[in-house]
Amino acid sequence: MEGSSAEAALSVSANSIRITDVTQDGDVLTFAIASQKLNSSAGVCVFRMYEDFDWLQQSLFSEENLPGLQGIIFPPLPSKALPSQSNTQTKALKQLGFLALGQDWQSYCKALEFYLQQVAAHPTLCKCKALDSFLINSESPGKQRGRKGIFNRLSQAVEEMRKESHKDVDNFFQNERNKNTNLAASSKVATEKLLDVVMTEQKLAVACGHFATSLHLCVNQDDAAAVAFSKVCLKLSDVIEAVKRNYEKVASNNLSTLGLGLDLESRYQESEKEMLFRRTCKLIELETVKKGTEKAKANKREVMEAFQKAVEKEFNLISSVAKQEIERFHSSRVKVLKTFLIGWCELQLNTAKEFAELYSQHLEACRNMYSE
Amino acid sequence: MSGGCGRNPPPFPDNEDQEAELDTRVLDSDEDDDDEGEDIFTIARSKPITPTSAPDEGDIFSEEGSYIRSDVHHATNGLHSDDELDLFTEATVELTLTNTTSQGRREIIGPTASACNTTHVPNSILKPSIVTKTMEELEEEESGDQFELNIAVTNPEKIGDGMNAYMSYKVSTQTTLPMFLNKTFSVRRRFSDFLGLYEKISAKHSLLGFIIPPPPQKSVVGMTKVKVGKEDSSSAEFVEKRRAALERYLQRVVAHPSLLQDPDVREFLERDELPRAVNTQALSGPGFLKMINRASDAVNKMTIKMNESDNWFESKLQEVENEEQLLRRLHAAVDSLVNHRKELCSNTAVFSKSVAMLGSVEENSALSRALSQLAEVEDKMEQLHQQQAFSDFFILAELLADYVRLLGAVRCCFEQRMKVWQRLQEAQSTLQKKREAEAKLLWANKPEKLQQAKDDINEWESKVSQYERDFERVTCTVRKEVLRFEKEKARDFKQHIVKYLESLLHTQHRLVKCWEAFLPEAKAIA
Repeated sequence: MEGSSAEAALSVSANSIRITDVTQDGDVLTFAIASQKLNSSAGVCVFRMYEDFDWLQQSLFSEENLPGLQGIIFPPLPSKALPSQSNTQTKALKQLGFLALGQDWQSYCKALEFYLQQVAAHPTLCKCKALDSFLINSESPGKQRGRKGIFNRLSQAVEEMRKESHKDVDNFFQNERNKNTNLAASSKVATEKLLDVVMTEQKLAVACGHFATSLHLCVNQDDAAAVAFSKVCLKLSDVIEAVKRNYEKVASNNLSTLGLGLDLESRYQESEKEMLFRRTCKLIELETVKKGTEKAKANKREVMEAFQKAVEKEFNLISSVAKQEIERFHSSRVKVLKTFLIGWCELQLNTAKEFAELYSQHLEACRNMYSE
Repeated sequence: MSGGCGRNPPPFPDNEDQEAELDTRVLDSDEDDDDEGEDIFTIARSKPITPTSAPDEGDIFSEEGSYIRSDVHHATNGLHSDDELDLFTEATVELTLTNTTSQGRREIIGPTASACNTTHVPNSILKPSIVTKTMEELEEEESGDQFELNIAVTNPEKIGDGMNAYMSYKVSTQTTLPMFLNKTFSVRRRFSDFLGLYEKISAKHSLLGFIIPPPPQKSVVGMTKVKVGKEDSSSAEFVEKRRAALERYLQRVVAHPSLLQDPDVREFLERDELPRAVNTQALSGPGFLKMINRASDAVNKMTIKMNESDNWFESKLQEVENEEQLLRRLHAAVDSLVNHRKELCSNTAVFSKSVAMLGSVEENSALSRALSQLAEVEDKMEQLHQQQAFSDFFILAELLADYVRLLGAVRCCFEQRMKVWQRLQEAQSTLQKKREAEAKLLWANKPEKLQQAKDDINEWESKVSQYERDFERVTCTVRKEVLRFEKEKARDFKQHIVKYLESLLHTQHRLVKCWEAFLPEAKAIA
């Protein structure tokens, strides 16, 4: 896994990478990325567009001189956001899920930020020049058309599906593949269902808003009874406004913690799936070559055997890298989920307490007002 | 409401803080009543409420039937225990015979705890202590002249099978009024009995300009489900909705001082078996509204415009119509709120299941446990959402719906006055014609028909003066009724806001507990 001496380690600290700002110009989003240089207090700030992120990911995929590259679980890059007005919210939701929600692309930026942090924190990937250049160069690298990565997203071709279920030779990997299948499916479903909940919470907040506004129309100063009634309506309007803010807060909390967390988990599981699939494909290749070698005529046999050895070596390398990656992945994802869950719970608890207090004040005010 | 007599009501011993509010209320309503009220409504002070059969005499006692509203007391700030409530705790209307009219009228209209309805209706959604509870404790008024009347509608029971089946409700009364035979009694009634009661009351009292509370609406769909025996949550919900509506209806009826005097009302509450009410088709929900609207249209088309001595009636009617529109809009808004909450409820349930699934395939044991806990938290939240949806519905939506219909009844009231005026107009014009006829006869010199003409004139003169008196009385009644109605409306809404806030707070506290329980689980993940 040692890169050539031409590869330098990352010159900024992984934890300091932040997306500090995003601007929208028509269809195009531009992100401001800030990071702190190691060994100095200098900060760096660059501006990047989605194409640049894509370029980075492709560069990582096609990195040379990294044996066993196919065994790496690559940090997942969120899909491209299409902010144009013609893109309805349903389309955006379908494409980006949780990342489409939230104000001013906050969630989306957060997800991109995670991506960069994870690439920078990866023991192997952090050494890639592309990353350093992405974070430091004032010119954006996106215009270069780098080599296309050797692997694309998992396609849904029937043949791929067949390969996916190919039996493994190693129990560890067979188990891991099974677990991953279950986890990937479950976390995807959980993410979608949470998204439904958040959407409904937002709709509820809007409905509260309508109700509160309508109550304001009931104000009438004609006589004493009408005034009394108007006061009641206004009070109710205040209460409903509070309920509306409550739901907005709850939805935003869900979005910014658990929603992001589940979304990240779900995409990471997909990424692991892709890695496992690549290894499985290699395995199939190896087995095919082995069979071919066995059947080879004597004159071709040596060549075939040499080829087989090479493939085997590749496969073993991939497997060993994969094993390390899997272990690292497991420990880090639990930590990440734990952080998200705690953050979510604390946020919701605070919001719940805040509004309990507010409702309590409203109630006291009402009782005082009405028991004069 | 006859403070115009200038009496000084004796101070009421235990309710110092209530007095100020009531005094203002009484005084407010007196301003308009001053002249018209004087003659008819001078009250004989300690006259107890005696049963009276003639409805017009009931006016005299309308002052007597004033109510005391119990103070709103709250033991804890919104947290209500899960105990079963006494049947009557929230279903109270207190009547007072007090000569101290400073008390005015108070009443509590609140849905009974559904805790009572557990026997015959599938109850999965009606867990006790859910939202329809009120936290009010009734304050016992101490005075020899106080009388109480509490009504509750409970125990819906399905009688019979198939399409002839019907729901029978228990109507329980608790009272200290002497006009009833017992202090506590109950009868069983079915929905058409309530409609029959409305019809009888309406026939007698609406002509006098009283605001008659409208009955709950018929619902073919809802009832059919129940008849067919579909025991699911929606039919249970329907039954509960109807039960609560019937209870509110009765409470409003007895809250009206004149209506309480009506022997039909007493019979409804007391008598074991009532003859089956027929012809209640006309009173079904949409039919009822159509009836009102038709009357309203007819009035609008009247070519002879009323000559109002003051603008009060015209502007009030306009106000009522505007308010009805507003309340309709509010009701639609609350309806939408209720639906969204129900949606949130089901989405939360689905999410909970998906998290449980995730927890079960998770290998890391601490994370797996945390995820299962999370699934349980979401489950609890689903229940909370469910309860809050009920709260929204029963406290707000039904209140608004009731008042939309009540405002319709108020409009009817105005229309009755119009009719009375019309009758007066017609009588006057007939009298005029008779006089003209007499004049013609005199001129044509036909003495034999003259006597007849004179008799006619006398007859119509007395009719005209009768109708004039009627019109004045109706005018006065309508004015009073509207003022009474507006006060009660403000009071009703106030009570409901408090109740709503209490339920919000209750839910919120439970929510806080849920999160507090989950936090250590999240922190325990390793």
